[in-house]
Amino acid sequence: MISTVTAKEHVSFAHDGPRSGATDLQSSRAVARGGPEVVVPRERLVDLRTLWPLLQRELRDSLRNKWFMLYTLSFGGLAFALAYLSNIGTGLAGMAGFGKTAASLVNLTLLVVPLMALTMGAVSLSTERDRGMLGYLLAQPVSRIEVYLAKFLGQGLAFTGAIALGFGVSAVALARHGLGDGALFLRLAGLSVLLALSLLALGMLIATVARRSTSAMGFAVFAWLAVTLLGDLGLLGATSFLDLQVKDMLVLSLLNPTQVFKLGSIVGFDATLDLLGPAGLYAVRTFGSWLSPVLVGTLVLWILVPLTLGALLFARRPL
Amino acid sequence: MITISHLTKKFGRYVALNEVSLEVQRGEVIALWGPNGAGKSTLVRCLLGLLPFSGRATIAGVDVTVQGKAARRLIGYVPQEPALFDDLRVDEAALYFGRLKRASTDEIRCMLDDVHLVPHAKKRVRELSGGLKQRLSLGLARLTDPPVILMDEPTANLDAAARGELLADVERLRERGKTVLLISHRPEEVRQLADRIVTLEAGRIVRIDDSRDAHGPMHLATSHVTFERDEPLVRPHVEPAL
Repeated sequence: MISTVTAKEHVSFAHDGPRSGATDLQSSRAVARGGPEVVVPRERLVDLRTLWPLLQRELRDSLRNKWFMLYTLSFGGLAFALAYLSNIGTGLAGMAGFGKTAASLVNLTLLVVPLMALTMGAVSLSTERDRGMLGYLLAQPVSRIEVYLAKFLGQGLAFTGAIALGFGVSAVALARHGLGDGALFLRLAGLSVLLALSLLALGMLIATVARRSTSAMGFAVFAWLAVTLLGDLGLLGATSFLDLQVKDMLVLSLLNPTQVFKLGSIVGFDATLDLLGPAGLYAVRTFGSWLSPVLVGTLVLWILVPLTLGALLFARRPL
Repeated sequence: MITISHLTKKFGRYVALNEVSLEVQRGEVIALWGPNGAGKSTLVRCLLGLLPFSGRATIAGVDVTVQGKAARRLIGYVPQEPALFDDLRVDEAALYFGRLKRASTDEIRCMLDDVHLVPHAKKRVRELSGGLKQRLSLGLARLTDPPVILMDEPTANLDAAARGELLADVERLRERGKTVLLISHRPEEVRQLADRIVTLEAGRIVRIDDSRDAHGPMHLATSHVTFERDEPLVRPHVEPAL
């Protein structure tokens, strides 16, 4: 037997409309009969007052994360070791020529940064979901877009710091011996940050799709293998078996952020890109002086597309 | 204050909530009652915007699906097991969630004082007992004085003393005119606190009783549990399921 629901409470709205000096919370009011006013807030989808504390916590969580610290120290240590040791066989007092050190740093970045960004991105979101912390957070007056964006920006800032540390110690080691090309070094560091952000966005997209943190971690490691190791092999295999044209090879390269990073870095050492064979030459001939902006733009797209997709999915998926 | 209209929630083919409609007046304390799997927590999660659903739900006229963030600013939420970022210190957690709710530093400090957590302010949240954690959770829910408090089995993991303190807090909320939606499996709590008892079974509201009605809440004693009428804080004897 279902009893009758009690009489409706009469709630009327008096929309104040925008007022000079009025805060968001004063934008509209619901007045219940016989009771005090209930202030009904008008909220923005993304509000800096909410985003900022969320971002600060993400940044602090990243810096406290043992895995993140391990990755950062490994990257910094290896970068310093590369700067110190890579030319030791030439009989000089340890320090490599700048070009050789920079090339080694590119290879180190290609290996370590995607692993850091993919796994940390995949784990942070899904672990909080598994532990119930995400549910409690989303029960607060925050939008899912704010939470997702703050997570990306907070971790992105931490990665920027880690990369700056790695390139910084390497630069210090080189500068002490009067070696180095500051502009090229900054270019490499900037491209590394873009690479990290693109793969962080991809890692977070994986975390949004995967139901559990263990699955997210598995997918992230597979994605790392795909973009770093299988990417090169896949490109070689596809070229051989499908008899791809040079143009197709370039397009395939742009579909992998690590390849875009590699192209962008090598343009810095060798503007002709003949190191990369026909695809490199084709890229230079096609884009000319626009090649660098095209590559940077592609990496930015590699950030924006997975970030947008992930945020939209996160906003719609049940928790 | 809370209006739920034809709310249906399905998980695949499983219908967790089926055409649920309910109106809760301002200042009313409503208890959601029913067996496990009846859809009580799902209803609360829908009101918080954590789950998509069909139908409509509003808090003070604010649609929880269209303006979820605005609706949640009108709600304080006390979960069964507060997941409060265990690595934070108590004062850090209070400041963090307080800032999300746009509470002033003074309000946050007063809240910690109100829930008697000032001596524990420098402890990590993970170091708190279940009762202290739940007190913090209730304090956070009350920050910025939201008109609606949703409580999902807040006393489930508490000992008798902690439960008594929490119930006294809820009693104070009622005195201050807050609208409270409370899930509980304890009949004595329900009878002590609720104005109306909404019984859910298999995702449907099967009855709504006035707790002051001498005959109304008696089904609590017969459907799932039995209890001693004059012993409000004694754990009920649970009948084995047939």
